[in-house]
Amino acid sequence: MDDKGKNRREFINTCFRFAAGATLVGVTGVLAHKTVSGNTLWQIDTTKCTQCGRCATSCVMSPSAVKCIHVCDMCGYCDLCGGYLRPNVKNITTGAENQLCPTGAIKRKYVEDPFFEYEIIEDLCIGCGKCVKGCGAFGNGSLQLQVSHDLCVNCNQCAIARDCPSGAFSRVPADEPYKFSGFKKEKKA
Amino acid sequence: MSEILKYIPRTLNIKKIVTVLSMFILFMTSGFPLFAQQQRFPKPEFESGYTQPVTSMPEARSEFFAIFDVFVLIFALSLISWLILKRRSRKGVLAVSVFSILYFGFFREGCICAVGSLQNVILALFQPEYSIPLSALAFFVIPLVYTLFFGRTFCAGVCPLGAIQDVLLLRPVTMKTWLQKVLGLIPYIYLGLSVLYAATATDFIICRYDPFVGIYRFDATFFMFSIGAVFLLLSAFVARPYCRFFCPYGVLLNWMSRFSKHHLTITPNKCIQCRLCEDSCPLGAINKPVPVKVMEDRPSATKRFIRLSLIIPLLMLLGGWTLSNFHENLAKVNSKVRLANELMSFNPDVMLPSVEIEAFKSAGTPVEELYSQAAIIIEQFYVGAWILGAFLGLVFGLTLSSLSVFKYREDYTPDKGECVSCARCLKYCPVEK
Repeated sequence: MDDKGKNRREFINTCFRFAAGATLVGVTGVLAHKTVSGNTLWQIDTTKCTQCGRCATSCVMSPSAVKCIHVCDMCGYCDLCGGYLRPNVKNITTGAENQLCPTGAIKRKYVEDPFFEYEIIEDLCIGCGKCVKGCGAFGNGSLQLQVSHDLCVNCNQCAIARDCPSGAFSRVPADEPYKFSGFKKEKKA
Repeated sequence: MSEILKYIPRTLNIKKIVTVLSMFILFMTSGFPLFAQQQRFPKPEFESGYTQPVTSMPEARSEFFAIFDVFVLIFALSLISWLILKRRSRKGVLAVSVFSILYFGFFREGCICAVGSLQNVILALFQPEYSIPLSALAFFVIPLVYTLFFGRTFCAGVCPLGAIQDVLLLRPVTMKTWLQKVLGLIPYIYLGLSVLYAATATDFIICRYDPFVGIYRFDATFFMFSIGAVFLLLSAFVARPYCRFFCPYGVLLNWMSRFSKHHLTITPNKCIQCRLCEDSCPLGAINKPVPVKVMEDRPSATKRFIRLSLIIPLLMLLGGWTLSNFHENLAKVNSKVRLANELMSFNPDVMLPSVEIEAFKSAGTPVEELYSQAAIIIEQFYVGAWILGAFLGLVFGLTLSSLSVFKYREDYTPDKGECVSCARCLKYCPVEK
């Protein structure tokens, strides 16, 4: 009886094990044609972004992995940069009270008459999007918020994506990690 | 004419005035939100030989690790299964635990893990536009397959969440059995909710409430840090609190482990009922022998078992109906549903628009489209809530029934579902191989 009982139990055990294994194989099979070989990354669609400022506060990393990136191809090199200067400044100087950037991360450099080059100091940028808003409203929109992939830890569920009010965050394939809008970009730095 | 020319400023200032004027005009006309990228100012032609800097696009982390991780997982699982089943070595399990904490935990920063991968699989099954990365699928399937054959060796030392709790266990306190059983229902609730929220593409709640990822990343919000600290402190006294009472993937591993081909045994040979291993398990996962004379008499136990089994469908219906009444509350977690609710109750005369409403208005989608999308999602939550409620009713009913099952047992054996194969009990057994 003992032996028979053991064999019966082992048989039932084996049956269930096969069933469980078959379920696993089934799930894998169903998902097989939906797999991508590489990882996906998170990126901001600049056409949807409304520069609400949550990129700076919602990221699990501090400072945020979202940075403002300057697409020089689109820049107008204006003297009165909409992304650098606040609107309605009294004296047009490079004083901190006139700059939109709260951390002073935009560097302005004279090129030639009347063009100025604007460069973003990445270490100071917190991804608040104020310059992006200004540039988009008064300029060419060459300053764009993007997830910087050397900082982003690529969470399974992006915390900023959850808080984005315009749904600008989406998963992109790893071979197209950036979604700038405007002109064609040059090669990576 | 020359007088007028005197008053015309130099070219530089004309350009300045033109820019200011156009900005002024634009500022006046920007009452409505503008499309962000418009080439308002043409790209300048530089005469001084200025070269434009290259737009910085930092490279993403190498994809090599996504595949390498899978191989490390397979290697670690094979090694720990051998160490537990063949070598029966607690030291080996501890070594693999430390390795997992260092590699899967601190080096790979605890993401992606097998516990969270179940959400990716569910999302891929229910949402057609999501494609699951191969590494996520591998992290889901491979530990389950190993558990199907060798028991919960994954939990023992490969899972970075389990390993850190295990390593920090200093002074285990025994828990009352009834409390363990009650708290043991939480993983089913957590699993059900995770599946529901992942299937409706609402949120990955396992990732949101993961207590240990903030520690592994050395960077966390205050909330993540607090729950991490609570769990680590608790782990010193209560063995593996997350594994036993919260881990949703542990439910799947539990099921797989019950039908495992080989499982950890306390004795290498035959149990001699010496009782030395009785209190050796900090998780309380050892099934003690139940001699025949202590058992309840068959007829009354059978009657109770049958009675309980008949009320299982009733419990399922009750559970499903109860939870379906709350389906709208469950659905409010979804951002589209929340936005639709906000828009419906938005009164522009007395309220200021929130960031979400402003963003929605500037995107330009018609409100009806949002309402219909939200209605579809609420419908999905209704069906999901019924299924979840029925599932929880079934789990509750089966737990009650299992308390009335014959438990005649001669030997001390680890519970095949609950035992995480941590191998602490092995050294208590005096039997030689």
